[in-house]
Amino acid sequence: MITESKGTVKVITGNAAAAWGARLSRPDVIAAYPITPQTTIVETLARWVDTGELKAHMIRVESEHSAMAAVMGASAAGARTYTATSSQGLLYMAEMISWAAGARTPIVMSVVDRALGPPWNIWSEHTDALMLRDSGWILFWAANNQEVLDSVIQAYKIAEHKEVILPAMVMHDGFILSHTTMPVEIPKQELVDEFLPPYDPPHYVMNPKVSPPITFGNIALPADYVKFRLSIEKAMKNAKKIIKKVAAEFKEFFGRWHGDLVSYYNTEGVDTIVIALGNVAEQVEATIDSSKELKKRAGVVKVRAFRPFPKEEIANIARKVSNIVVIDRDISFGWGGILAGEVRATLHEFRVDTPVYGKIMGIGGDEILPEHIEKSLNEILR
Amino acid sequence: MTKTIYDELIEREDLVLPGNTSCPGCGSILALRYVLKALGKDTIIVIPASCSSVYQAIFPYSSIKVHIFNTAFASAAAVASGLKHALVAKGYDDVNVLVWGGDGGLIDIGFATVSGAAERNEDIIVAVYDNEAYMNTGIQRSGSTPPGAITTTTYAGKSEEKKPMPYLMLLHGVPYVATASSGYPLDLYQKVKKARNIHGFRFLHIFAPCPPGWRFDDSKTVTVAKLAVETGYWILWEAEQTDHGLNFSISGPSRPYIDPARRKPLEDYLMLQGRFRDISPEKINLIKKYIDNQWEFIKRFLE
Repeated sequence: MITESKGTVKVITGNAAAAWGARLSRPDVIAAYPITPQTTIVETLARWVDTGELKAHMIRVESEHSAMAAVMGASAAGARTYTATSSQGLLYMAEMISWAAGARTPIVMSVVDRALGPPWNIWSEHTDALMLRDSGWILFWAANNQEVLDSVIQAYKIAEHKEVILPAMVMHDGFILSHTTMPVEIPKQELVDEFLPPYDPPHYVMNPKVSPPITFGNIALPADYVKFRLSIEKAMKNAKKIIKKVAAEFKEFFGRWHGDLVSYYNTEGVDTIVIALGNVAEQVEATIDSSKELKKRAGVVKVRAFRPFPKEEIANIARKVSNIVVIDRDISFGWGGILAGEVRATLHEFRVDTPVYGKIMGIGGDEILPEHIEKSLNEILR
Repeated sequence: MTKTIYDELIEREDLVLPGNTSCPGCGSILALRYVLKALGKDTIIVIPASCSSVYQAIFPYSSIKVHIFNTAFASAAAVASGLKHALVAKGYDDVNVLVWGGDGGLIDIGFATVSGAAERNEDIIVAVYDNEAYMNTGIQRSGSTPPGAITTTTYAGKSEEKKPMPYLMLLHGVPYVATASSGYPLDLYQKVKKARNIHGFRFLHIFAPCPPGWRFDDSKTVTVAKLAVETGYWILWEAEQTDHGLNFSISGPSRPYIDPARRKPLEDYLMLQGRFRDISPEKINLIKKYIDNQWEFIKRFLE
């Protein structure tokens, strides 16, 4: 059998994979501000723009707030846009993140997860992006460097879909992925071009040469405001369908599958399901894989899309098992694990009474080793 | 008979429609009318939270016949930067991108954003209409409020000086910086026309009296604006970077007042406005010092 080469395999970091994902998606405008551990994404893109390998406008702004503002303005004028940040930078741009969703600008942003200060800490934790849970953005977590690259490309296709038109974040763990090399297949540009045609805005465009004057965002009284907000909720619901469609199309084009809203590992015939985000889920998979005992009992649901949340998928699998374990690399003070809370609410909504055990691990880059996961699972499953 | 600049000013299409929701005697929308006459239809306005986010009208209506993108308070100059890059990337090089905001949005909370866009020499026009307080939220003190002015957060009158914004922008070394006033539409129109044809970052600081905020009769907007110039408090000037260096000039209406003897007494300006009703002699002296400092600063550019 002859298989046609769909790309070139290189050994690259998660940040290089994010930069490649952006480059292959042909953004018109990039605006970014440096923050550890996101920096090498911005540096790489800036170099490509300077060498001409990437034909994009690069705006080296004076803050993250302005980075998000600039890509939002660019997107409103019909450009495809990209930015990236982490931690404090993400929170500094929070106001504009919310505005960008309301403006229906399908920006794609990489967020390299990092703990929030104080004390200063540059290592991985998911609380930063989870604070933007309710912002109206589609939220993806990538589990490995290949998924980082592939998810950025997929994110554009989902965000720009005429039934969606919402911005999307693609998260990957600081250092664990951002600065760790893995073999990654970089798809051919022609294939990506075919998969992802240029952005064609279905709504208003801020350009007097192509549309009559439009006033965007002026005061709307409550009855109209509700309509705008409901349209975001509707778009999020549509996104569930489009995420699945795009993941399937991606598999057809490039031969890779990372899951759609979720992915499943060893879920047949077990009595326990572990639920976690992105890379944490992949570490649980590796732990179960190396233990015969655990493999008989436990499977994993990796949550790839946190918004829209995979309610049906989680309720359906929870009905079939006796235990749900949720591992959170985050904390909501005074509440507990954020993902665990979402899972519990989902099960209540679907009238599923499988017990949910929450476990918080890996705060501020604290290592999540297989023995930690094994110990936790054994305690719960005893 | 040949047409004069006055004919042109009157004949250019008015892109600000009647029936808008501005206050009677609003100095800001008066200025916007002439700014848009000069820029024309191929313009996008980026508006941060401000009076102009209200007076453009309530959804689904609009009283301004060009594209408007409303954005959050501190972000306008960055949104405009992105818009302009996108338009150029898409092959539309000849669209004016104008930031139109108040002193709160551009001199206080958005100052870093304006400064950043200036430092990058973004190809945009940033115009601040300075009504010297947060008027849209109900007359709170801003960095641009003058000493002695009563606001709802300075009951005894502001103690500090006014932030010297146009001079700070001048020191950024951008291609064009000018001051203007709602009371001098021809001067404003000519400055915007000139700015329109300059490439790079252009900054316009427009003095815009506010009848409800400054406590004067709404028929007196132009009178108050003119007195600000005639007392030497607000100086009309422009500065253009050329191949031979900075071309700085004091504009026609302000030229007589280089000579302090020709300036009207400051009290004539202050006493028309309720916001200065309790002003102390010390605070009047602070304003006088501010006036002297401005003229001293400007004179260095004239030598």
